[in-house]
Order: sequence, then C-alpha cells, then structure tokens
Amino acid sequence: MSNRIFRARHAMGSTVRGPALVADDGFSARYDLDRINGVFSRPSHKLAGQSYVGKILVLDTAKGGVATAWMLHEMKSRGIVPLALVFNSVNPILAQGAALGDVSMLAGFDEDITAAIPNGAEVEVNPQMGVITVVG
Amino acid sequence: MNLDDEEKDILAGKAGPVPQQALRHQIKVGEFFGAEDLVPVTQAHLMADTESLGEAGVRWLEGLAATTAGQRRVRISTITDPRGTDFAKADLLGQTSAMLDLERRAIVAFEALGVAMTNTCINYQTIQAPTRNEHVAFGDTGVVIYSNSVCGARSNFEGGPSALAAGLTGRTPRYGFHLAEKRRATLRIQVAFTPTSLNDWGALGGVIGRIAGNYWSVPVIEGIEGAPKSDQLKHFGASMASFGSIALFHLVGLTPEAGQLSDVAATDLPSQRVTKADIEQLQRSYHSDEGVDVVVFSAPQLSLYELSDLAGLCDGRRFTVPMLAVTSPQVKPDADRMGYTARIEAAGGNVLSGMCFYQSYAREISEARGWKRLATNSAKLVNILGGYGYRPMLASMEACVDAAVSGRLARP
Repeated sequence: MSNRIFRARHAMGSTVRGPALVADDGFSARYDLDRINGVFSRPSHKLAGQSYVGKILVLDTAKGGVATAWMLHEMKSRGIVPLALVFNSVNPILAQGAALGDVSMLAGFDEDITAAIPNGAEVEVNPQMGVITVVG
Repeated sequence: MNLDDEEKDILAGKAGPVPQQALRHQIKVGEFFGAEDLVPVTQAHLMADTESLGEAGVRWLEGLAATTAGQRRVRISTITDPRGTDFAKADLLGQTSAMLDLERRAIVAFEALGVAMTNTCINYQTIQAPTRNEHVAFGDTGVVIYSNSVCGARSNFEGGPSALAAGLTGRTPRYGFHLAEKRRATLRIQVAFTPTSLNDWGALGGVIGRIAGNYWSVPVIEGIEGAPKSDQLKHFGASMASFGSIALFHLVGLTPEAGQLSDVAATDLPSQRVTKADIEQLQRSYHSDEGVDVVVFSAPQLSLYELSDLAGLCDGRRFTVPMLAVTSPQVKPDADRMGYTARIEAAGGNVLSGMCFYQSYAREISEARGWKRLATNSAKLVNILGGYGYRPMLASMEACVDAAVSGRLARP
C-alpha cells in the first residue's frame, strides 16, 4: 500500500525497525526528558510519562537548546535512547546529535508525519532510501 | 559536498585524525541539510556542560585530547559556554564529588585541544561581539540568536560537537543562516506593547517564539518603541530561541538587516499581532504557587548592569530563602570590585560565576536541596525547568527579590 510509505527529504543513519511513539509536539532532550529513567518528563508534553526507550519517535519539530547534540550520544552509551527520530522538521542540533550519537533520523515530509503514522504502529526507518514504512 | 584542496587533505588525514574526524562529522551534517560546501569561520563557541556530556562525552573528548600534540589544537578562537558548576559554590548546589571530577576531566581535555575556558553565554557582551556578515560557529541558542539578529553575524545553532569541529577545521557547513536567502523573514509580528522589564522582554520573546514555531522561521517584528538595551534584547532573544528554537529575528528600524520592512520581508507576508495581554498571560500561566523555595537569576548570565540593579534591590533586605545570581567569569571580578557581590551577599544572596543554573545538574540540585518552587525573571529558565521537576515562576527582578525576603511570590 503506497500510503504506508512516506518519503523524507533529509535522512541519516542505518535501517531500524520498531514501535512508533507518535505525538504532535516538539522535542528537546534537555527540556522534555528524564534521561535517567528514559521517559518524557516535561509535564506539558503530550508524551509526558511515556518511555521513549527503543521507540521510533515521530514528532513535529526540534525545540529548545543545543544540549541534545551531546545528549543523544550520552543516552546511546547507556542504551536509554530512542531507536530513531522521525520529524516534520529538525534543527541543526538534532542532526548534529544524531550524527555524533549514530541515531537514525528522517526529516521533511510532504504530509504531517505525526498524523500519517499511527501511534504504536510497527515501522521501519530506512535512511538509505529516505523512507519510513508502516509494516504492522 | 564540494571540498577545496585543504579540506580534501584534512579528510585524507594529512592534518591528523582529530581534524579528520571533525570534518567527517561536518560533512555528515552538511549533507543532511544539503550544504554545497563549507564556509570559513572566525570564532567558535562551545556548549559542553558535563550534565550534557556525561561520562561518554567526557571520554570522547579525552580520546581527542590524547592525540599527538600538534594534531589536536583548534585553528580559530574557540571559547566555552558555561560549565556545570562554580567549584567555589558546589556545596551550596548540593553537587557531588563525582560531578566535580567529571567537570575537571572535561576542562583538562578542552585545554589540551586549545579551547579557551571562558565559560560564558554572554560572550557578545564580555568577550568579543561578532560583526555584520562575520561567519561564526556559535553554540548556546541565546548567543546565536543575539549574534545573528543584533550583530548581523551568520551562524546556525552549533551544538558542542559541531562547534568543536568548526574550531578544529576553521570551517562549518554552509547551510541555514549562513545563506542570505534563509535570513529573510517568514512571518511578520506587530507588537502593541514595548516592554521595559527583563521578564516582560523575555515573555514577549517567548510569545513570539511559540508563534514562530521552528528553527527555520524568521520573525520580523514591528512596533517596538525606542532603542532596546543589550540586556533587554538578551532576554528577548534567549527566550525566543528557547520557546521556539528560533535563531534569527529582525526588528524593523533597529537590527542591522532590517532598516525597513521591505529589506527583509515580502509584501504579502502573513502577520500576527501580539499584545500586552499575551505577555501577561504567558507569565500568569507559570504562577502555580505562592510559596517559593529558591530564587534564581540566571539564563543568560547576568551583566554588570543587571548585578548593579540587583545589588540596589538587596540593600537593607534579609533573605529567608536561598537566592542565587549567576554571572560570567569576566563580569564577576568587576562585580566584586564594585561592591555588588558584597551587597548581594550581605542580604543573604549568592553570586556564582562560570555556570548557568539549568546546565548544572538542575534535577540533582532540586533533589539535594529540596528546591521545587523557583522564582526567576528569566523566561528562558521557566521554559526549561519544568522538565527537570521544578515549578518555575516568572516575575520581575523586584518581585523575585521580595520573594527571597518573604518566601512568597506576588501573583503577576
């Protein structure tokens, strides 16, 4: 089904597969996460209280400051990290953090990716092809 | 990406493994954003507090620093954002020896790489402001938005790894705000109220940041009366960058690229009005309690003028809850010399330097000291600290000082 494959204009990293954690909200590792326990901790975030570990995060855009550029690397070293980041748009910090932390990333879609991917769906992120596919 | 001969040599490892690794990182990021080449930069500003770095980040830095001398030094002036502590005040913050040890290791590594430990997020006030069209690689979003907007310099948000890479190669990928076409306004904001207090300027920046919404948005703002001061635009920009991830704004008739609206904006740009009520609503939305556990002035670090104002408000007062004022290592000696530090401390306050509150293990500080309800005049700080378990509240410097005395914060 063609409507289950979504093409990104920007891509980085290697192919991963896992459950999607989806919200129409922003993302900053410093502002939004309890990085020790692996959950969204900002009370006003739409994913507050939910674990991001091993999830493919599907969100709207990058927020906040520059700390995420280091934090993804630190989170990856402890295995308390999202499997991939799939955003409508990202800022340089998120891309720099994904590059250092070796976290797969897609950004820039023709549709609102947070509306297109069902929360909890099994998805595959393929940066070489620049696509995210709903597989289950 | 198109590389010149020197860049090809760096990529081939002829300058050693550290610049080679740095350039590989830059190419990865540059290709992600479609950069055609690299642009030479004159300064780098590096955010690398140890809470962000963690053990993994410090080990990574130590790996670079262990490289053969002569192959690991930065090529351009490379300075640091605030550290994760003020070693002289670590007990006050409840920081552990493990945190301080990690901090010391990071400093040793940075110094081996030739990085100057300026430890400031107000380098445009204290070290050297960039000039119009100067391409730089700055970290700390408040530094970038001020440098781009008020100085007319050209920088993207450069996180620690990328700012360090720029220091090591003397270049950065040419995309985003290095390109003239990306600096044109994408939305028009008409402001019906010109703030005076720093918290109101910060709240206005927050409102505009929320409207603008993402990094690639460039608001052009009309209606500001008079000429804002550097500290006012510091809070305005830092908050806009924090709430919206915004890296560039224009103030018509005030900032260097927007002598008039048509210099930066198309005639049909969508427009939105921001009123005093919007600014008040943002501040009221954070007022969750009347009690206060701690008062913090930080984010960005305070200028000498802010410390002077604060000292004036502290005269004759006696604080019943902890009050922290955080400044840069460049400003602190002057504040000491002018007697501002002594006047703040006579009231029971504390002046810290070289750190910033939210970059210093804020969650652990809260747990160690029992600080939850925090009053500040920094809109940026209230935006950040909710995720760290605080109930931050935004008020004027005067109201915050009153709260340090009474333990209660008047409703805005």
